[in-house]
Amino acid sequence: MSVRERYLSRFTNRTVFMMGDEAAAMGALFSGCSFFGGYPITPASEVAEVMAREMPRVGGYYVQFEDEIASISGIIGAAWCGALSMTATSGPGFSLMQEAIGYAVMTETPCVVIDVQRSGPSTGQATKPAQGDIMQARWGTHGDHEIIAVCPWSVQECFDLVRESFALSEKYRTPVIVLMDGAVGHIREPLTYPAFTDNDIPARPRANAGDLVFGGSPVPPMAQIGDRLNVHITGSTHKADGIRDVSTREVHEALVLRLNDKIASAREALTRLDTRHMEGARVAVVSLGAAARPALGAVERARAAGHPAGFIRLVNVWPFPGPAITLLLENVDAILVPEMNLGQLSRELERFAGCPVRPLPKIGGVVHNMDEIHTALLELLS
Amino acid sequence: MTSNRKDVVENPLRRYVRPGILPTIFCTGCGGGTVLNCFCRAVDELGYDPHEMVMVTGIGCSSWIPSPYFLADTLHTTHGRAIAFATGVRVMSPGMKVVVIAGDGDVSGIGGNHLIHAARRNVDITVLMVNNSIYGMTGGQVAPTTPPGVRTTTTPHGNVETEFDVAGLVAAAGATYVARWTTWHLYDMVRSFKEALEHPGFSFVEIIGQCTTSYGKAVGKRGPADFLTEYRERSVRLARAKKMSEEELEDKIVVGCLKQKESPEFCQRLYDQVDQVSTAALGAEEYP
Repeated sequence: MSVRERYLSRFTNRTVFMMGDEAAAMGALFSGCSFFGGYPITPASEVAEVMAREMPRVGGYYVQFEDEIASISGIIGAAWCGALSMTATSGPGFSLMQEAIGYAVMTETPCVVIDVQRSGPSTGQATKPAQGDIMQARWGTHGDHEIIAVCPWSVQECFDLVRESFALSEKYRTPVIVLMDGAVGHIREPLTYPAFTDNDIPARPRANAGDLVFGGSPVPPMAQIGDRLNVHITGSTHKADGIRDVSTREVHEALVLRLNDKIASAREALTRLDTRHMEGARVAVVSLGAAARPALGAVERARAAGHPAGFIRLVNVWPFPGPAITLLLENVDAILVPEMNLGQLSRELERFAGCPVRPLPKIGGVVHNMDEIHTALLELLS
Repeated sequence: MTSNRKDVVENPLRRYVRPGILPTIFCTGCGGGTVLNCFCRAVDELGYDPHEMVMVTGIGCSSWIPSPYFLADTLHTTHGRAIAFATGVRVMSPGMKVVVIAGDGDVSGIGGNHLIHAARRNVDITVLMVNNSIYGMTGGQVAPTTPPGVRTTTTPHGNVETEFDVAGLVAAAGATYVARWTTWHLYDMVRSFKEALEHPGFSFVEIIGQCTTSYGKAVGKRGPADFLTEYRERSVRLARAKKMSEEELEDKIVVGCLKQKESPEFCQRLYDQVDQVSTAALGAEEYP
């Protein structure tokens, strides 16, 4: 039994009142995270603080780097040495990390990046929540790529989805973005810990001598630094053996298509929607993260008054669960999309809704209140 | 590439080179090959198993010295960030030698922040910075190491900046082994590489090396011999330099081991703390 298992076993079934940020950090501990690269930034600093406190207790390493670029670089390096690794930041730091996220995509490095979104652009309202990085998570790094991003809406889900993100990052050998927001990160709610055993740590398929580490199958096995396999890891276009070949069109095409396809072809498996009250719904409220909390309240109030309102929450936002949403909205007349930005989710939904999409953007560092969503919902229903 | 001719002796260092990968892409007369040669010799003389080494590089010609040529685990990273990647590698790979080989633009320009903080932490990695005074791979743009007055493609009217004393910077930031040589100083370079690799802490060797293509064009040098002659003439060993005035040292390259001291190493302190904290946490009955 590992130090980690012995330490974490004391939490089993305990319910503790804590912040979303803290729950996300505890989720990492329960995932087997053994390396965390930190850099302070509001509203994500509490993730680093809990990791700094707890990581040594489970035999893991916390390193506070000199900037966010170094943090994500460090976790990628650590991942190639066998670590389950994570970093946490907010908008400005997430912007700085984009190049390295592309490197992790291209080198197929499993790692988890938490972005506790805050109000931007730039320093914006540094301490206030927002959901302005939905598209940055999708398209922030340059070049054609697919990404996995999950959006917790509660403290419990911060814990659960961080655990799931580690599993997904290992399964698909890719960085996974945990797209939190300042409201979910700082809200305080009860978290109930599950039991933990070392078997809960996601297993990493490992290469043997002669195995191709960068091709030959949709998700090739990984050779780690220290495995005596002379692994060659590069963000440049490379052949299946990892050696650079930046001038052969077919090599680049095969590599990039495979990297895209391994995520895109798993779209159905990666689709996670929280749907409620959709039976007979004429208007659905579609949202994610903090904005989904008042959205559910508004839907339930409308339902209680007999209105045919439905609720859809995207738990995973990328790859976009478009086909599933199209299906869900077959008999819906219109959707309302409350989000804490100027329409990043609603614009994506327009491609799949098959019905009018009514954006309900809110910026300025506050979460929608139930009344304003309820009012807009009733307007659409009439 | 192995010759079948009996009268041709295989270079014994060839076994440190990734099979089937030669010739290198370096320009004719480039200093990169010299550095690779000296590095292989240092590894050979130390009797290291390259399987217990990991090469971490950035972007630029000098990053190609180990990647893909040196036969070991290799992490070829983004521009400027090799030292940050290497820090994560080093923490998770106790017992492995972590070596960064990269250029002056990579290490001291875009990656300068990581350089000074790795030096401050005294993290046990070896950084070999090949300084060719220019951004060579991109075609000869001014670098933080380009002397004033030099005309490059982005200083067509002459460089109005002063060049970095990178070895001095790293020493001041807390590195515990710092040396500087040029590609003229082959045996000194090998000895220094060995010292740096054996040093427990952040070790840094600056190798001033020739870029015959881009820097040669900028300063009117036609081949490697022009550079090596200059290096020989301008180099002053540290012991002698200490007796020279500032004026006498102007335009000289001070070579030698500039700093060597023992100081607590970052990873060891981290490991010790983790041992201590995890033991204490297990001893505590309740949530600590």
